[in-house]
Amino acid sequence: MSLHFIEVENLARTFPQPGRQPPLTVFEHVNFTIEKGEFICVIGHSGCGKSTILNILAGLDAASDGAFVMDGKEVSGPSRDRGVIFQNHSLLPWLSALGNVSFAVRARWPEWSRPQVREHSMNYLKMVGLAGAENKKPSELSGGMRQRVGIARAFAIEPKLLLMDEPFGALDALTRGVIQDELLEIWDRTHQTVFMITHDVDEAILLADRVMLMTNGPDARIAESVVIDIPRPRERSDIHQHPEYYTIRNHLVDFLITRSKSLQGRVGGPGQQPRTVNPVKGVGVSERVGAPRVVGGTA
Amino acid sequence: MAGVKIRAAILSVLFLVVFLGAWQLATAPPAGPERELTEYEIMMGLGAGSGAGMPAPTEIFSLAWEELSRPFHDSGPNDKGIGLQLLYSVVRVLAGFALAVVVAVPIGFVIGMSPVLNNALNPYIQILKPISPLAWMPLALFTIKDAAASAIFVIFICSIWPMLVNTAFGVASVKRDWLNVARTLELSSLRTALFVILPAAAPTILTGMRISIGISWLVIVAAEMLVGGTGIGYYVWNEWNNLDIAAVIFAIIMIGVVGMLLDAALAQAGRFLRYQE
Ligand SMILES: Nc1ncnc2c1ncn2[C@@H]1O[C@H](COP(=O)(O)OP(=O)(O)OP(=O)(O)O)[C@@H](O)[C@H]1O
Ligand SMILES: [Mg+2]
Repeated sequence: MSLHFIEVENLARTFPQPGRQPPLTVFEHVNFTIEKGEFICVIGHSGCGKSTILNILAGLDAASDGAFVMDGKEVSGPSRDRGVIFQNHSLLPWLSALGNVSFAVRARWPEWSRPQVREHSMNYLKMVGLAGAENKKPSELSGGMRQRVGIARAFAIEPKLLLMDEPFGALDALTRGVIQDELLEIWDRTHQTVFMITHDVDEAILLADRVMLMTNGPDARIAESVVIDIPRPRERSDIHQHPEYYTIRNHLVDFLITRSKSLQGRVGGPGQQPRTVNPVKGVGVSERVGAPRVVGGTA
Repeated sequence: MAGVKIRAAILSVLFLVVFLGAWQLATAPPAGPERELTEYEIMMGLGAGSGAGMPAPTEIFSLAWEELSRPFHDSGPNDKGIGLQLLYSVVRVLAGFALAVVVAVPIGFVIGMSPVLNNALNPYIQILKPISPLAWMPLALFTIKDAAASAIFVIFICSIWPMLVNTAFGVASVKRDWLNVARTLELSSLRTALFVILPAAAPTILTGMRISIGISWLVIVAAEMLVGGTGIGYYVWNEWNNLDIAAVIFAIIMIGVVGMLLDAALAQAGRFLRYQE
């Protein structure tokens, strides 16, 4: 019996290369667990394989090795119990905002009546502040509004696990902030389990319960699982004033600048969990495998 | 801009006036002793001289007025109204076109979804596509043994290729992201085909249909000249045999008008299905 809601074990992905070159191992020995209702952010340099991991969790790509267990069952292939918010909204352009959301809702609950589907979809559109724009086509919406529709669509099917691939990457800072607030609010209400990729350290601290840090690719691993020990509800406007905010932030930035490279291909191994780090308490305890190791926070 | 449109419209009318004026002058009876020749003879193309036989625009207008005032009259095989003849042709085109839609769109769909089939069938499509549809006519007459059906077959065969190729292309180039949306929602293959691939490829499919109907309309005239009996192609050929050049010119104009209307109808349909990314 598994103890965790999600267990990823020894996940690896290799791509064949042209010619006689050996296959490219993007990442390997990727182990992590997620609890129900946790908000996880993943940070790592471009090309380390974040999107690839997310696609495997979504069932859109197959791992070369390893297993992904959710709710005690090994998962393969896509399913409606995992919702995906793609890097580029990927709304169906011939459907309205409401059409896009109800398209997903209808697929999720085929037995529902039309008014039921409509009402449910409208609720989620309202949640992202799009009431009144429900009949607009994606081409008539701004980039931020499109991404909101994507968020509404993903939340509306109430998946067990929500996967987001840099959902705000294409947005300007102002819009990004507003939608982060909305996302926080929705998440406080729903307590979805979320696995989200981001490039933005501040975004990760604002949203996440834990941030997973990946070393550079190829041969990327998940090196650390950093606990974000800032109480909720968090506010974007004053989270910077939290006494430990910069301790955490420095730890993450420091990883990205130095350790992501120096640890490349050198941490972890078969079955080894990333070490859990709590920069605030200054100590971390490695989980499960191996003897507990004490690790310093921001060095 | 409205200004541009108005100016363009004025210019269009101006071009027409200049063209018709030049035509009228060129076909005017030459001055001199031959002035004695009756208007009637000139009108019948009996007059001697350079412009002999070429009718003036005015004659065509009067013929058009006469023809269009009773477009559907039917007084025997060699005297049918222009509307009736056009109707024969349009019905043939639509019949052949509809058959081609029924065949080409599903096959194109399957080809577009399967790279293997696409590569396997591509050589045949490439060879069959450039064959002039009229080259099929003898084969059609031989196997079908019916002139009217053969004409429809020729339309079928010429409209099938643009639709097949466009449908396959449209289906093959549906964005991966949209297919991934369908996959994460666990849509069945049928539902994915109907609700994601079909609407995504619809504009491309319709472009193929528009090309097809254009070619069909080009081909039907020639086909009807060959098979005879009825239709606008036969009408043109018949009037040529009667040396009624005015009627030939009038028919040519009508062919253009109907072709434009067919194209406009499909363009309008395309407007409903087009989406903007
Ligand atoms: N289909 C593929 N074939 C070969 N290599 C691939 C394929 N897909 C991804 N890769 C390689 O895998 C690596 C990781 O790609 P991935 O898209 O997961 O990176 P990422 O971490 O999401 O980067 P970014 O932050 O820029 O989105 C890259 O080096 C890429 O070249
Ligand atoms: Mg990526």
